[in-house]
Amino acid sequence: MKGTNLQIDSQGRLRHFLTISGLNRQLLTEILDTAESFAGITEQTVKKVPLLRGKTIVNLFFEASTRTRTTFELAAKRLSADVLNINITQSSTTKGETLLDTLRNIEAMHVDMFVVRHGESGAAHFIASHVAPHTSVINAGDGRHSHPTQAMLDMFTIRRAKGPDFGRLRVAIVGDVLHSRVARSQIHALNLLNTGEVRIVAPGTLVPAFAESLGVKVFHDLHAGIRDVDVIMMLRLQHERMKGALLPSEHEYYELFGLTEKKIANASPDAIVMHPGPINRGVEMDSEVADGPRSVILQQVTHGIAVRMAVMSMAMRSKQDGND
Amino acid sequence: MSDIHDIPGMLDTMAAQLRELTSHRQLNNPAMVGIHSGGVWIAEQLHRRLDLGGAPGSLDISFYRDDFTRIGMNPVVHTSALSFSIDDRHIILVDDVLHTGRTIRAALNELFDYGRPASILLAVLIDRGGRELPIEANVTGRRIELAEGEHIKLTGPDPLALEIRRGA
Repeated sequence: MKGTNLQIDSQGRLRHFLTISGLNRQLLTEILDTAESFAGITEQTVKKVPLLRGKTIVNLFFEASTRTRTTFELAAKRLSADVLNINITQSSTTKGETLLDTLRNIEAMHVDMFVVRHGESGAAHFIASHVAPHTSVINAGDGRHSHPTQAMLDMFTIRRAKGPDFGRLRVAIVGDVLHSRVARSQIHALNLLNTGEVRIVAPGTLVPAFAESLGVKVFHDLHAGIRDVDVIMMLRLQHERMKGALLPSEHEYYELFGLTEKKIANASPDAIVMHPGPINRGVEMDSEVADGPRSVILQQVTHGIAVRMAVMSMAMRSKQDGND
Repeated sequence: MSDIHDIPGMLDTMAAQLRELTSHRQLNNPAMVGIHSGGVWIAEQLHRRLDLGGAPGSLDISFYRDDFTRIGMNPVVHTSALSFSIDDRHIILVDDVLHTGRTIRAALNELFDYGRPASILLAVLIDRGGRELPIEANVTGRRIELAEGEHIKLTGPDPLALEIRRGA
């Protein structure tokens, strides 16, 4: 893979947004601060600002997603950009070539930004390294690799609930870490923001090899894993990515790792519960928890719009400067 | 240039001019809107002097600037707060320093996203010249000439003070 600095321009600003790793704390904080400003406008009567008027943004989705695509679409529209949604069912053969061809065709329509979701790790990076100089790429999830806007909206949600000092926080990421691009991005972001303690809570078969090298503590027991934590970040059980028998059954998973009101009692009294959606109720968590007072799951969706507005406007700005 | 330090005097002058203008033009029940941040402070002062009802509105025009793509924005943008409907209201738009006119252009655009005001007056504490757009103030506290590379900045809100700085 080429250097991750592909996403940073010569002045140290965001040009593409592909992955959290390779960014610095200052840039993450700038994204969160900018998102805070946009969160303000989504709460006022006039929700639309003319920042990206005349720009064309293409949502290029090779993989199904409702929430991510609609929040990206809404974010672009609230910035007054024109949005095109293109859903492409992926052909399994000649991926690289097909991808590049698709890209060239859409680029010929003079697009300013691609928002890309793809089932293959590195797809957004591949596209970013091939687009015209005036085009920005935002990664909306690639394979098992990265989902940086999800991680940033999670950081935003934590900061709003717990304040800006991540150093005093204990955060547990619970579930299928192995297959989760969300978890990977979350861990990088939490580390960059100097989070006091980051834990992974998962069955042994769902812990990736990289876990220890990222400085996280690994637990195989939910009860111990969420003891005294301030933030519980649940992951979705990735049925569609699960190959082979990594789990005995969903029921057994729920018994051991499903979050219930009873189990939460072990966490800090004001702990919040997060989930990137969509929730498998009765597998990752009880409805009682998902809809309960500690749940910030719907706030995560709302915050997703502001965070995506921030990332889009920041990337567009850098690109403009490059042309001057 | 010492008279730029008499801000209360300038505010009194502005309030008197606004009173005369609104009564002459029969602008009933005008609403005041300040541009963040200096304009909001001035709007509060004028609002008190004119004894208008309610609270003045505030605009943060960062998202409406025409140079956003070139200079980028300050990440911390305040929420615009207009607690009243501007439809068919007479609006007194207030800013601290009038220079190129671009801030006012942005503020007018934002105001029209909120509705259709009956009319808009512009009141500024300082007019320093250098217009790049056909925009003029109806009411001005003081006109000053600044040399190349000089800037004037309002600090506040308590106390309000004007300061001339050299350089970027």
